Amino acid sequence: MNDHDPTPACDLAGDSPQNLSRRRFLQTSAGVATGALVIGMGIPLQPARAAGAAQMAPGTNVPAFLEIRPDNRVRFLSPFNEGGQGIFTGMAQIVGEELDADPESFIVENAPAGHDYLVVFGKMRITGGSFSTRSSYTTMRKLGALARNMLLQAAATRMNAPIGELTTEPGHVIHKSTGQKIAYGDLAKDALDLPVPDPKSVTLKDPKDFRWIRQPLKRLDVPEKSTGKAIYAMDCKVEGMLHAAVQHAPRLGLKPGVVRNLDEVKAMKGVHSVHKLDGAVAVVAERFWVAKLGADALQVDWQEPSAAEKAKIRYMPADFSTEAFTRQLMETKGDGKEAETHGDLKSAFASAGKTVSATYHSQYVHHAQLEPASTLARFNADGTLDIWLPNQAPEQFQAQIAKTAGLKLEQVNIHSPILGGFFGRHFLYPGANPYPQAVALSKATGRPVKVIWTREQEFLRDPLRPMAAVRFRGALDASGMPVAIEAISACEGPAESLNGHNPNKVDSNAVEGLTGKAYAIPNRRIAQVYVKNPTSLAYWRSVGHSMNDFLYEGFLDEMADAGGKDPYALRLKLLEGNDRLTTLLKAVGELSGGWKRGPFTAPDGSRRARGVAMASPFGSEAAAIAEVSLNAAGKVVVHDVWEAIDPGSIVNPGIIKLQAMSAATLGVSQVLMEQVVYKNGEPEARNYDLYPILPPDRAPRIHVKVVESGAQMGGIGEPPLPAVPAAIANAVSTLTGKRVRSMPLDKLSLAT
Amino acid sequence: MQLYVNGQMVEVNSDPDTPLLWVIRDELGMTGTKFGCGLAQCGACSVMLDGKIVRSCVTPLSSVGDAQVTTIEAIEADPVGQRVVEKWIAHQVPQCGYCQSGQVMAATALLKENAKPSRDEIAAAMVNLCRCGTYNVINDAMLDLAGLGANKGETL
Repeated sequence: MNDHDPTPACDLAGDSPQNLSRRRFLQTSAGVATGALVIGMGIPLQPARAAGAAQMAPGTNVPAFLEIRPDNRVRFLSPFNEGGQGIFTGMAQIVGEELDADPESFIVENAPAGHDYLVVFGKMRITGGSFSTRSSYTTMRKLGALARNMLLQAAATRMNAPIGELTTEPGHVIHKSTGQKIAYGDLAKDALDLPVPDPKSVTLKDPKDFRWIRQPLKRLDVPEKSTGKAIYAMDCKVEGMLHAAVQHAPRLGLKPGVVRNLDEVKAMKGVHSVHKLDGAVAVVAERFWVAKLGADALQVDWQEPSAAEKAKIRYMPADFSTEAFTRQLMETKGDGKEAETHGDLKSAFASAGKTVSATYHSQYVHHAQLEPASTLARFNADGTLDIWLPNQAPEQFQAQIAKTAGLKLEQVNIHSPILGGFFGRHFLYPGANPYPQAVALSKATGRPVKVIWTREQEFLRDPLRPMAAVRFRGALDASGMPVAIEAISACEGPAESLNGHNPNKVDSNAVEGLTGKAYAIPNRRIAQVYVKNPTSLAYWRSVGHSMNDFLYEGFLDEMADAGGKDPYALRLKLLEGNDRLTTLLKAVGELSGGWKRGPFTAPDGSRRARGVAMASPFGSEAAAIAEVSLNAAGKVVVHDVWEAIDPGSIVNPGIIKLQAMSAATLGVSQVLMEQVVYKNGEPEARNYDLYPILPPDRAPRIHVKVVESGAQMGGIGEPPLPAVPAAIANAVSTLTGKRVRSMPLDKLSLAT
Repeated sequence: MQLYVNGQMVEVNSDPDTPLLWVIRDELGMTGTKFGCGLAQCGACSVMLDGKIVRSCVTPLSSVGDAQVTTIEAIEADPVGQRVVEKWIAHQVPQCGYCQSGQVMAATALLKENAKPSRDEIAAAMVNLCRCGTYNVINDAMLDLAGLGANKGETL
């Protein structure tokens, strides 16, 4: 990712033979028919070797990942997509460390679909779950080490020196006794033509010798992103491309009937054609604005699906409202299926000194990434399909698109431009990705078509973070310490909504954050009652944790109050013997200048309070403290958020800090202002005017402390989010004396 | 119709009602200016008209007239813009980057009009939305640019 790399994320120059053939070359060589080499510019494919090669373990086929150019620049095809989380830079640090090549010399792009890239725990590929670094760290280090070994072998031959006498310094192989030094770029052709050594044969560096890992290296993509040069799916274009805009059915499941003003729209200046699609009508034009005007003007008679069809799809009834659905969830009875149990709940409650109970709930929220969804599809003369689309899972999209387009897997070339925000938006979601529209329209018109969803169409089909109502009850002993907790969540998890509900199983995504809490409450029971949603559901940054830690940590404060305990002191007590979390909680206390709950009067005269909360998401640990006040209008002002985050071990402390600030900010946005409201089966908000996201003037100062416990590496993109909404809500409860049991705070009457 | 973009006169044939954003992106092929909401809510489409910030998604082509349009593509040709870009890099501001063309344009327009803005003036001018939560870092970069003694590396 730098300005002198001309290779665009899409075929910007149109059908430029050089670029196109180069893409094809890379895809062929990096694809399923492994073993071919990718090296230098314009070196022809060598299919002979590819044919004989057996399928290698993901993450080991060096030439599928690395190209070292004559100028010593390293082109690296990343198994993970970049969407602001810094993974392209992190990968360059990890691979560069073992390859002994300066990460700054890396040009990183998202890899095409292919077996070689299934490096998430060696078997799958998604950019999500905060998996990227932690699941592939050793694999990617080995990849760098394998490549270095191949360079050493090539150098040994070239220098006529024993390989054992060779060393490297960044970008070069050195033979000290003869003073020979050869740049990687000069060796690459020979080196990458060699068979990849057995991964077990290479030794990884001792971490104490790390040159780049653990350093706050600057991100490679920042210059392009500061000057408008970065190319997103939205920006992709190819020769002869048409633009399309759509009008989606107002409710999921409806089908387009008669378009009453079809002739009128067809006659609009610049309109190419009008097409009925699955749940939408599209207008195709030479330019997007014309297509958009056409799509907005369409007068469509939307038809109800038949009862048989309704049974097969997710159907949004005309009388659905989030208000009624929230009530339904809050009133859902039943003990549910157990997700986690410990001790003896029954006797704990029977012998309790005091019991507490409350029902909390969460809300639907949008991803609201700034880049709306788009897809560009082009059928080629040889029957293949090139498709550019924002995605977090290239192989999954490839398989689905091949099915949709009636093509073989290898005929579908997936291009994955960097993401203008994702937060879980760009997985495969039925009805929520524009690729079926782009494929259908490109087929119908015989030309490449780019479909862009306007913000209104995006919000109409954005799948939502689930809503949950959780019935809590807690038992305290005579000293006021919690001895039992039960949480029963009425919720549909995103995984079961996408993969089908199994009545015998709990969706772990529905309950994570209620489960897995580290507090030593000896008797506990966490359960789920499945309640199907008519809305489409999705993964949203930190998934179940994004709501469940808010719900749980709020109720924990209620238990603290009922037992006459300070919430910070209570958490410390419940974590006694847990060194990692005791250290973390103390770290955030110190970062905030010492725990004080309040309410207290700040130097500016405002009355303020602080709240604390913790979360254990995605293999990492987080603790947050927030300070709040109410403004004259009775709205919550978040002044500061202090967060300590322990991902076990780290690659880039600068990126971690920025990711923590990013996730914390999204947590602030969620708890203060975000809520998707449905009335009469339709979302009330179709844009940021009625679905506001956190603006700069409501953003708190965020202070981050990275704690490295040395525990197994955890994730970082999502883990800093879940503790933040809870810390803010707990602060508000303390400030107002009224217990906050739902989000967003802007919709609550808080003024005292 | 004639349009002055980044110091050059260009001939465009989009309908006069077309928002400037789509003229820039589709007709002129410059994709640095982003589409986010189409409703002047997010600011991803910010460009300068005679040095003043406007949201090009709600600026009809017909209203542009002889005004000089400056887009992100020409940002480094402007000495103020160049300084903004330098600080954006020094403070490692962008994350996904999608809103950052607009943020850089907003920062440049402010500093061109007022080289030493106060904290309040910065807050009043820097109102574009960012879903990645780069607000703290944007603020650091702005304080640095305004000479208000921001820390220079703490947020990296």
